[in-house]
Amino acid sequence: MKKMIAQREIDVNEEGYLLDFSQWNREVGQELAAEKNITLTDRHWEVIDYLQDKHHKEEALSIRGIKKSGVINVKEFYSLFPGGPLKVSTLIAGIPKPKSCI
Amino acid sequence: MKNLVILGAGTAGTMMANHLSKKLSKNDWQITVVDQHKTHYYQPGFLFLPFDIYTEDQVKKDGTKFVPKSVNYIQKKIELIQPEANSVKLEGGESLGYDILIVATGSTIAPDETEGMDGPMWHKNIFDFYTYEGAKGLRDKLREFEGGKLVVHITEMPIKCPVAPLEFAFLADSYFKNKGMRDKVDITYVTPLDGAFTKPRAAKALDYLLNEKNINEVTSFNIERVDYENNKIIDYADVEVEYDLLVTVPTNMGDSVIERSGLGDDLNFIPTHKGTLQSKEYENMFVIGDATNIPTSKAGSVAHFEAEILTDNILSYIKGDELEEEFDGHANCFVETGNGKALLIDFNYEHEPVEGTFPIPGIGPLRLLKESRFNHMGKLAFRWVYWNMLLKGVPIPFVPAKMNEKGKKLETVNS
Repeated sequence: MKKMIAQREIDVNEEGYLLDFSQWNREVGQELAAEKNITLTDRHWEVIDYLQDKHHKEEALSIRGIKKSGVINVKEFYSLFPGGPLKVSTLIAGIPKPKSCI
Repeated sequence: MKNLVILGAGTAGTMMANHLSKKLSKNDWQITVVDQHKTHYYQPGFLFLPFDIYTEDQVKKDGTKFVPKSVNYIQKKIELIQPEANSVKLEGGESLGYDILIVATGSTIAPDETEGMDGPMWHKNIFDFYTYEGAKGLRDKLREFEGGKLVVHITEMPIKCPVAPLEFAFLADSYFKNKGMRDKVDITYVTPLDGAFTKPRAAKALDYLLNEKNINEVTSFNIERVDYENNKIIDYADVEVEYDLLVTVPTNMGDSVIERSGLGDDLNFIPTHKGTLQSKEYENMFVIGDATNIPTSKAGSVAHFEAEILTDNILSYIKGDELEEEFDGHANCFVETGNGKALLIDFNYEHEPVEGTFPIPGIGPLRLLKESRFNHMGKLAFRWVYWNMLLKGVPIPFVPAKMNEKGKKLETVNS
């Protein structure tokens, strides 16, 4: 699926996750966040950087990983990205929805 | 004489001992199995024990009987794996050298990972059914349960046999119906996933069944703590679910020896090549069954399929040939749906569980992703197959290690 965002055409799956990370930039992230009624603060960006870094190292993302990340505690993670923080934050970060689910 | 050492005599370790004792020359290779326990449990039976469908004797046997006589069985605790020295340290200080190591130490529950779970109410009104003690205690509890809120809960993924908690909820529904007290029991299924199962296709079929059986569903629930004083579980988003009886699947972790030896990830699972089952760090170390971190289900059927491929790979490794990336993540699970019916799912790394027939394309007799009595009989018959064929490494007719793509309505997993 194609989607126009931040004056850019991006490819997304049916749930809205980016299919190609190279199409992502901070403006795209901001717009995706706005669609979820989230205004990104420095704290959000710290978390997004962490998630993208993990993703590029091919390390799986999980709530347990967040707990041990040293970047943020789980309560704050929930308050920054309400309604399923891993799902919402990865969508904004332009990376796939975690498959902690086997 | 060379040494091949297998750590763990559960489903995977026992199968490997049987396969390899047939393939390796007894003049060249000594096979040793180490396990601290003598009793081998039929773990799929832990699902049936709480409902008085199986008796205690049907789920446990002397495990040493299933290991071939030519294999040396050491019943001791493993202190440390020292891969740099190609050695394993056992309790009492004894060291066991190896040329090839197979780690099959499985996974276990860790209720102490969740605040309040492993507290004073553990095995009082908070139960697991992943251990013999838990399943047996739960049976006694259910026999006298007079009604109220039954909550079936998954703490976090991955867990061994991801369909088991769902089956537990289905079986509880029929158990209380048969006792004529279903109207007194409120059943709720609580999961960290956003549906009933890890794979969307199967989740759809299973969500439908939960609904049909009047089982409430709470999804995306990441537990923060158990409030055992007020009988409720609370998640990070402050959602609360009350219970009178909590049946939980605690965090599943690899064995503590993996942590002591510094070989595992956050959950003590060993980083393993998903196609070859070779350890990512040491080329003479192989990992099988629940002990690996590979992205497929932790289940006996997976260990069974892995065992066939790992046997070939170990023979290739000994010959100095390149290992084949043959393992496709194949899993095959019966899902008990209650009232004497079951459905069957078959999937791998690439393909979602689908509709179709199994094991013979177009004929069956088992049907995939559809409830039937025949599937239920298949599940019950499987106990005999397990003790008499599977553990001993006897091939199961028509069921190859790699998933058969014929006779199925296939759909590729979306990434």
